[in-house]
Formats: sequence, structure tokens, C-alpha cells
Amino acid sequence: MNRTPMERAGAGKASFKFYTVGFILSILLTAIAFALAIQSGGLPRWTVLTGIFGAAVLQILVHLHYFLHLDTSSSARWNILALVITLLIMILFVGLSLWIMANLDYRMM
Amino acid sequence: MMTTDALTIDTPATEEFEHPDPIANQAFGFWLYIMSDLVLFGAIFATYIVLGHNYAGGPTGKDLFHLPYTFGETMLLLFSSATYGLAMLAMQEEKKNLLLTWLFVTFLLGIGFIGMEINEFHHMILDGNGPERSGFLSAFFTLVGTHGTHVTFGLIWMVFMMAQTVIKGLTSPVQSRLIRLSIFWHFLDIVWVGVFTIVYLMGVL
Repeated sequence: MNRTPMERAGAGKASFKFYTVGFILSILLTAIAFALAIQSGGLPRWTVLTGIFGAAVLQILVHLHYFLHLDTSSSARWNILALVITLLIMILFVGLSLWIMANLDYRMM
Repeated sequence: MMTTDALTIDTPATEEFEHPDPIANQAFGFWLYIMSDLVLFGAIFATYIVLGHNYAGGPTGKDLFHLPYTFGETMLLLFSSATYGLAMLAMQEEKKNLLLTWLFVTFLLGIGFIGMEINEFHHMILDGNGPERSGFLSAFFTLVGTHGTHVTFGLIWMVFMMAQTVIKGLTSPVQSRLIRLSIFWHFLDIVWVGVFTIVYLMGVL
């Protein structure tokens, strides 16, 4: 029963090393994404887009794991479940909206 | 025999529910709010992607965005996420003054971010590129502005939490609120990753 408030909140025990690793990874990924966009002249557009979006997805995962302490422990299970359902709603929401609007745009040309 | 079997299975399950933990419940409830906020941002991102190329003869992202400036904003928010993490470490070790110091540093970095954003908006509106200029700019101001509003409310909340830490000390409810503010703050950084990728980086490509 000697758990810290952080652990009781399902956030795990914070440690300096954990935050430092997350912080360094985030800085690196941000720098890579910006460097790709700024130096995009010489590279094919598709490569740049993949790089930027890859870096963004990785950075979101880094933030979730190192800053919000999401992992597969039992205390975080409900948080993950809620996140997965929300992501499903968002994918439907954003994806289907874009599909409908692109379709409408195509038909009105 | 059957009844004893049932008893041994039942006991741990009931014990788990005997002491509902307010900190755990509040953190999970707040997490669900964050999820609903994500859906809100999803809707605004979808709007932005649909309207993002409707320039109406006005400026495009290439004309308006200055990536080094956005990189500066991103760094401020990223550093503030890290310093809030350090504040949580100080809270865990019950070092009240250290906690207040890191909260204050986080607050200053957040103010810096909001200041840069307001400055950017101000210059765009002065140049006649306000939200009324084109569909692209309406969507831009809605998306970036909604994120900025969230950060502003996070900063107001942070002021209250610094005051509560001074006045009430590190009581259990105060720690619980600080944890929820940390969830909110890190979540805003995650949304910003989406904003700078889709709005700024894609905008200049």
C-alpha cells in the first residue's frame, strides 16, 4: 500500500532517466522532421512526406510512453483501451470525412 | 466443499473494490476527457485538411510560414513538457520548493510559446491575412487557435496549482490535481506534433 500518487494514477513511478530518454528522442525526431522539410529541395516529395509522418508517429509514441507512461502494465490497461477506441473513432471520423469531401470535389469538377 | 471453493475465489475480488482509490479514479476520468478532446481535435484536423488548399487567391503556407520560427515554438513546448516531468519527479520526492521552481519554469516556457503564437497571429492579421481571407486561413486559425486556447487554460491552471502548492502544501488532492495537469500538458505537446507536421511542415512542401 506504499505506492506513490503517480503510481496510483496509473502513471508509473517517474524517473529522471525515463524523462531524459524521452526528451532526447523527441528533440531528435523534431529536428529530423524540420530538417527534412527545410532541405526538401533535393529529395523526392514522397520520401520527404514519409520521413515527416514517420517522425511524427514515432514522436507521438515516444511522448505516450516516456511522458504519459503508457505501457502494458495492468494499471494502464484501461487507459490504453480508451485510447485505442478513441483512435478508431478518429480514424473513421477523419478518414471518412476526407473520403466524402474528396469524392464530392471530384464529382463537382 | 463447494462453498469454501467459492469463498476463496471471491475474497480477492471483493477486496479490490473495498477501497476505491480517488487518485486512480480521477486520473482515469480525466484521461477519458482527454480522449474526447482528441476527437474534437480530430474533427478540426479533418476540417483543416479539407480546406487547406482553398487559398481564394490569397497567400499559401509557403508565403506565410517561417519554419525556424515554428521550430522555436516547438522547442519551447518540448522543453516545457520535460520541465513538467522534472516537477513531477520533485513532487514524488516531496521536494516542494523544487516542484514550485520547475512549475514556474514550465509556466515561463508556456508563456513564451503562447507569446510567439500571438505574435505570429498578430502579424498575419495586420498583413490582411486574418481568418476571413480564405478557407485555408479560417481553418488555420481555428486549428492553431484551439490548440493555443488549450495551452492558455493549461497556464491558468498552472498558476492555480502553484498557489495551491504554496497555500495547502503537497496534500493528496493537490498531488492528484498536479498529476492531471501533467496529463493535460503532455497531451497538448502530442497535439502540437500533429499541428506542426500537418500545418507547418506540409504547408511549406
